[in-house]
Amino acid sequence: MTGNQLHTLSIHAAQKRLRSRELSARELTKACLEHLTRVEPRVHALLTVCAESALAQAEAADRALSSGSAAPLTGIPFIAKDVLCTRGITTTCGSRILEGFVPPYNATVIELLLNQHAVLLGKSNMDEFAMGSSTEHSAYFPTHNPWNLDCVPGGSSGGSAAALSADEALFSLGSDTGGSIRQPAGFCGVVGLKPTYGRVSRYGLVAFASSLDQIGPFTKDVEDCALVMNAIAGQCSRDATSAPVAVPDYTTSLTGDVRGLKIGVPREYFIEGMQPEVRRSVEDAIALLERMGASVHRDVSLPSTKYALAAYYIIAPSEASANLARYDGVKYGFARRLATTEESVNATRGEGFGQEVKRRIMLGTYALSAGYYDAYYLKAQKVRHLISDEFKRAFETYDVLAMPTSPTVAFPLGSKLNDPMQMYLSDVFTLPVNIAGIPALSLPCGFSGGLPVGLQLMADRFREDLLLKVGYAYEQATEWRLHRPEL
Amino acid sequence: MLLSNDEVSHIAWLARLGVTDAEVERFREELSVILEHFRALEELDTGNVPAATHASHLHNVFRDDVPVASLPRDEVLANAPDSQDFCFRVPPILE
Repeated sequence: MTGNQLHTLSIHAAQKRLRSRELSARELTKACLEHLTRVEPRVHALLTVCAESALAQAEAADRALSSGSAAPLTGIPFIAKDVLCTRGITTTCGSRILEGFVPPYNATVIELLLNQHAVLLGKSNMDEFAMGSSTEHSAYFPTHNPWNLDCVPGGSSGGSAAALSADEALFSLGSDTGGSIRQPAGFCGVVGLKPTYGRVSRYGLVAFASSLDQIGPFTKDVEDCALVMNAIAGQCSRDATSAPVAVPDYTTSLTGDVRGLKIGVPREYFIEGMQPEVRRSVEDAIALLERMGASVHRDVSLPSTKYALAAYYIIAPSEASANLARYDGVKYGFARRLATTEESVNATRGEGFGQEVKRRIMLGTYALSAGYYDAYYLKAQKVRHLISDEFKRAFETYDVLAMPTSPTVAFPLGSKLNDPMQMYLSDVFTLPVNIAGIPALSLPCGFSGGLPVGLQLMADRFREDLLLKVGYAYEQATEWRLHRPEL
Repeated sequence: MLLSNDEVSHIAWLARLGVTDAEVERFREELSVILEHFRALEELDTGNVPAATHASHLHNVFRDDVPVASLPRDEVLANAPDSQDFCFRVPPILE
């Protein structure tokens, strides 16, 4: 492989070359930085590039590799969604209200990766405060889908998905509150995992909806996903919701064998209005898993699924309206100063937040306000119980559930921007997972009109191992991961 | 339409969000459409269903009360729009 193709390496391929010292972390980092400089003017995936600190981190990685003290991700270049606090590196969350904010600490996931001498190349674009499904709600600029630059990359972690799809790094991190990792992974043809609630520390993740938010990886294949999960999963003293559950070595799930596994196919995820080629690709993927020895059950029903969208768009904005109360122009970020504190706060928030964030704060404030609490928030929490309970019962019988990640492939830029309800509907297959707190994986399973289709797999709490097992077996039996956009 | 302009303005005030008249009009229309979709929940009987506030199976989480270093004050205040004498500075709250 020549120097100008190093950025296309998977983590596991790069790991071998770094270990044998036929490749240095510095060479790999430089290759990624040079490549992203070439493609960024078209993709616009990044808000910040930290070339200087990345090269210094790469040199430290090379020293660790030479001294034999390397960890699994030593020298591996990555990109973090701008929702993750990075010490000394601007963290905007895609919002004007955090413009110029330089966190005095690292998110736990960043700390874990930097301690391994992974190399942080930059911070990726996102819908403001992770509220959106297209990355068009970034306060800075929209990101373009590398497979078709006229289409959205999905969202809210669209920058992380597009950057990885364009081979700007070897992996990236995102956050998923209602599908914000899986939907863009599907739209951009990469692997994306939303771990179980509590599996990965949320310390240093700018909060959107605290009972739904979870950090997870984007990778080029399922093996890489296991490697990143090995590095970031686990309990953390700084996040009381991180779970005291032992972390397995996820690479042991990568057997390629699905014989005897029970796969459920819930009928509520194959609806009128979904694109025929999405349906066909996902059905083909399920049929292949069946031929490989899994037993497939197509009579599964999760009847509360149709209420998930409404419940989600009550719960998430309600939590957001409380979480975003902290942006008052006092401690950090954009501030408008008028005669009184109240006027200052109103002006700071009115001018600092974008339209979608304001819309969700309004919606959440309304749902929590006197007289409406029982009809909206309490009702949504009861629906949350029903949805969680249906998943729990399904996983008493099935090892994983399989369905599309989204009803459509990536849509054209601008096509849903002025219709919030249409934008919300693009999360219809992903948000039940966050409501129940279970893990789910999206991986490429085909193309429609030149755009990738995502296969979604769901499993019971803390059974990421099953998702990786099935995902790996499918991926190794197909060649979707080898396709790359032409840029 | 479910919402009035007065209700929208009241919600904006509760949320301490400065909004223009044009935004009030726009949010009235957009939020009314979204709230209309929420009515789908009314058909579901949840009389005996408990409310789930979160997806975690943890209950109380305790730790020892051990003092640790806090964030460096200079770095924290470096982000403040205005500070004085190691404090965040804000406009007067009382007349």
